[in-house]
Amino acid sequence: MILNDLISVKEKELAAQKKIVLRCCLAAGCMSSNSSGVKEQLEKAVAEAGLQNEVEVRGVGCMKLCCEGPLVAVDPKNELYVKVTAENAPSIISALKGGKANAEKTDANAAFFTKQLSIVLANSGVVDPERIESYIAADGYQALHEVLNEMTPKDVVEAMVKSGLRGRGGAGFPTGLKWGTVAKSAGAKKYVICNADEGDPGAFMDRSVLESDPHSVLEGMAIAAYAVGADQGYIYVRAEYPLAIARLQLAIKQAKTMGLLGSGVFESPFNFNIEIRIGAGAFVCGEETALMMSVEGKRGTPRPRPPFPAESGLFGCPTLLNNVETFANVPAIYRKGAEWFAGIGTEKSKGTKVFALAGKIKNTGLIEVPMGTPLRTIVEEMGGGAPDGGKIKAVQTGGPSGGCIPSQHLDTPVDYESLGKLGSIMGSGGMIVMDEGTNMVDVARFFMEFCMDESCGKCIPCRAGTVQMHNILDKILKRKATARDLATLEELCDMVRNTSLCGLGQTAPNPTMSTLRFFRGEYEALLQPEQHCAPGKTETATK
Amino acid sequence: MSEIPAPTKPQPATPPAGHASGDKRFKILEVHMKKHQFRHDALIEVLHKAQELFGYLEDDLLLFISHKLKLPPSRVYGVATFYHFFTLKPKGEHTCVVCMGTACYVKGADKVVEAVQNQLKIKPGETTADNKVSLLTARCIGACGIAPAVVYDGTVTPRQTPESTVEQINKWVKA
Repeated sequence: MILNDLISVKEKELAAQKKIVLRCCLAAGCMSSNSSGVKEQLEKAVAEAGLQNEVEVRGVGCMKLCCEGPLVAVDPKNELYVKVTAENAPSIISALKGGKANAEKTDANAAFFTKQLSIVLANSGVVDPERIESYIAADGYQALHEVLNEMTPKDVVEAMVKSGLRGRGGAGFPTGLKWGTVAKSAGAKKYVICNADEGDPGAFMDRSVLESDPHSVLEGMAIAAYAVGADQGYIYVRAEYPLAIARLQLAIKQAKTMGLLGSGVFESPFNFNIEIRIGAGAFVCGEETALMMSVEGKRGTPRPRPPFPAESGLFGCPTLLNNVETFANVPAIYRKGAEWFAGIGTEKSKGTKVFALAGKIKNTGLIEVPMGTPLRTIVEEMGGGAPDGGKIKAVQTGGPSGGCIPSQHLDTPVDYESLGKLGSIMGSGGMIVMDEGTNMVDVARFFMEFCMDESCGKCIPCRAGTVQMHNILDKILKRKATARDLATLEELCDMVRNTSLCGLGQTAPNPTMSTLRFFRGEYEALLQPEQHCAPGKTETATK
Repeated sequence: MSEIPAPTKPQPATPPAGHASGDKRFKILEVHMKKHQFRHDALIEVLHKAQELFGYLEDDLLLFISHKLKLPPSRVYGVATFYHFFTLKPKGEHTCVVCMGTACYVKGADKVVEAVQNQLKIKPGETTADNKVSLLTARCIGACGIAPAVVYDGTVTPRQTPESTVEQINKWVKA
């Protein structure tokens, strides 16, 4: 494969494009509402109406508005049908010829769609994730070609630094700096790992990216591998995402057949192979050192850093580890330029961020907005507020490592620093909306139970501390705790945060601390009065 | 300094292909291990395949894997018990997995679990006495847009209620 071949694949694909394209969502959310049956019926109806030469029915990835699925979009009319069933699907075809469609339509120009800015999700819901030609037609693999032929690895790293991209896994470490460190590390063998172990409950952005546009992740990984000098990559993906695994496997196979992965990529001396490693349900494996242990086939327990993976990672070799969304940003950065990317977002947080909007909110689904967008815009304008006229109480970001942002802080811009100031984190992008009916102490206990179960048991503060904190939260909820228990809880929060080995333990108290900070009244209302001992009597005597 | 003679490694006779029981699934599993060149870092992949073939990982199966991959049984057992995805107990004929991710939780997944619990008189992670239904909970299946989600025998089903879940369970129990 050389550039001319790539261009001819693109031209052929574009020339074959039909006048009308019906895009039918085949991502996991809509699939669970039988969207594959919808697609089948659409195809049948097109054949019956004899429209094969004018109408294409294309299976695509996520079209973002997951709560209204299965979704079918009609191009170029810019219509979006929602809750389509196998029964009413054929009427969409009759509507093309002037008939009336039985299916419900939604406003494709609603704020939910128009306020979005797509970089990571640009191809999601547009290209067919199971056909590499479809990705190439959307300028796919052009960035990789340009990088391999016109840039040195050093240039690639420099451009990444200039773009200002920060890790989308949650911590927000500057990507360019990480790439530079791995590139500088000595070692003949280096690895690139993609962290697709999206363990945060309430987050499904990475799943959607892998299901909707797997090639962008592969291309991003290949560019990263060239920059740091790696020839082997791994994608560590959760076993809970079977569709994402299947589409990745297919994508890798197609890219290899075309000579875009494997040995001699684009007929250059650059070799890069990607293998998939399937996780087995351990939240702690989202932590980088634990993830590498798991890729090595061991128990996923973290280890102290340094040495950082950039110096000594997988199998003791320098390893670059980035999140799915980080890699998905990469091709666009090289295709459109680092300056373009740096022009989006805020001073310290560049580009866009994808959020999985869920919980007590009208529109649930995926949104991608520029960094710095106020939370209110996301939740009220795009999300449509709480359903059934309810009132939003708090927004939870960052999953079990994050915090709850109360409604009075809804004007906070979404970027790494502002969320940190409120005691939450950007996290990987899960955003759960809670309404007035949600008990915040119960939410804190829910997350603590999660961390307690998922603690790997290696370090004591996390292993024992999460159990004790959970017990106290449970006691408070059962109205058996006193003010003294609450004080102990706060002390434990501080201890576990400061003394745990890895991110899981260090952030486990976050949901509790942030709800204590903003909703302390709810805790105090559940407390029992202290039973005072009469003077002279010992405490044991009163028991 | 006295030299310690290198211990002579007892050379085991070539192990017979497959398993003494003659169960063909062991052979399929061995082919899978061979595909990974019996590499130690493929242990998790091998356990996935084993669970896919046998449904759960019993001691005998874990010993077979440890023998073939030349890993201590403690390491194989350690890995198999560390990860939630692997189960050492047989599952029932049908499985009902209730997602307990945050989005499903705030939309009432706990009530769904409670309803099933009351109906079947079993706790999450258990199987009914007649081996018909297993009740499981998942951390998050990433179907937050259609919460609360329940997975019936591998099929993700959106927007479940305690009533709809019990209805599905009853269909299985009566069948």
